Amino acid sequence: MAKVPVQLTLNGTERAEFIDGGLTLLNALRDRFGDTSPKGGCHQGTCGACSVIVDGDLKLSCLTLAETCNGAHVETTAGLAADGIQHPLQRAFLDGFAAQCGFCTPGMIMAAKALLARVPNPSRDDVVEAISGNICRCTGYEPIIQAILSAARSNSQNAA
Amino acid sequence: MGLTLQSFPAVAEAGAALTAADSRYLGGGTLAVRATNEGDVSFSTLVRVTDPTLGEISVNGSQAHIGASVTMSAITRHPDLAAIAPAARAVGGPAVRNMATVGGNLFAPAPYGDFAVALLALDATVHFSDGTQPIEAFLAIREMLPRGRIVTAVSFTLPPPGTFRFRKVSRVKPKGVSVLTIAAVIGEKDGAISSARIALGCLADRPMRAKAAERALAGKPRTSQGIADALKVSGDGTSPITDAIASGWYRAEVLPVHLKRLLLE
Repeated sequence: MAKVPVQLTLNGTERAEFIDGGLTLLNALRDRFGDTSPKGGCHQGTCGACSVIVDGDLKLSCLTLAETCNGAHVETTAGLAADGIQHPLQRAFLDGFAAQCGFCTPGMIMAAKALLARVPNPSRDDVVEAISGNICRCTGYEPIIQAILSAARSNSQNAA
Repeated sequence: MGLTLQSFPAVAEAGAALTAADSRYLGGGTLAVRATNEGDVSFSTLVRVTDPTLGEISVNGSQAHIGASVTMSAITRHPDLAAIAPAARAVGGPAVRNMATVGGNLFAPAPYGDFAVALLALDATVHFSDGTQPIEAFLAIREMLPRGRIVTAVSFTLPPPGTFRFRKVSRVKPKGVSVLTIAAVIGEKDGAISSARIALGCLADRPMRAKAAERALAGKPRTSQGIADALKVSGDGTSPITDAIASGWYRAEVLPVHLKRLLLE
């Protein structure tokens, strides 16, 4: 079957790969671009483990065809740490034990990043709404909510 | 079997491509790509339209026109669509709302399609490249559209302030799949209901009107006593779906409860 070229900016780096037609962004990222940070959970758009940010919007990479992302800027958790320094969300998740098995964590963090880009000082309700499409079966959500609120506070302190 | 994506700049070209038996339209992907992920091999070609006008919202006075590719998120953010934003916000989580389109929602099988329930209550008009159709007629034949006919937009009259009511009932908070969804446009004059249009989701395989309840509300005050007759007949003509979320029996039992809350809130 003919391969299709896909060119995108992945975590700030321009990348191009030939992929099979109809490949989801999730599978393209993991199998072609070598970024295994988005996780394949349900492949139905229910669990949110595959969440990535495409051109500033949170998307489900399992339901997005890679070809539709030609020219797009794609952000995943693999691109969050800069120069070995964890992103405030990563730090807050670690400090607050917001990850247990860790499978939902990349999706949770990208959902939180999309929220904080839009609402830098979110309320608890904002956070709950922001991660309402992401399922966690370990933590009971409370540590995740607290971690996101904590990251928002540390962001605003750094900005002040 | 591989999957091929065909992108076209114009609706007409995409329509021609969709005449192939193994093709399906791709909107936001939350239905079509999900189907492929679940092993649906009834189609091998996905066809999409990149025409940016399909992603536009225009509001002139009380008339709203929403392109088929407009996402639920775009509706929630639009300053002139605040009245119906709760219906768009009821669809999925943030990522789904960034993807799911108005056009796709019209075709979403129960228990999905919450926004289409709102559009039915709003008496929307469905636009194609070659004509229009009232939403109620469209919903009745949505699987039987001629191949290649593409929904391009919906339009409707914005409800007067305070008349649009919407409730999605789900077991998981804050977000879950619908047990049932109710949208209503209730007009009142001189202390009595002057017009009522009620749409139900999950009470059939597609959004449907609660016509008996609408008739029973006419001229009645919006009080517990005034709506009692409407609640008694709210399930008339329904055939609630049974799925992993709820049984049809349960949906039928709780419909009057939630309709009452919606009407009296």
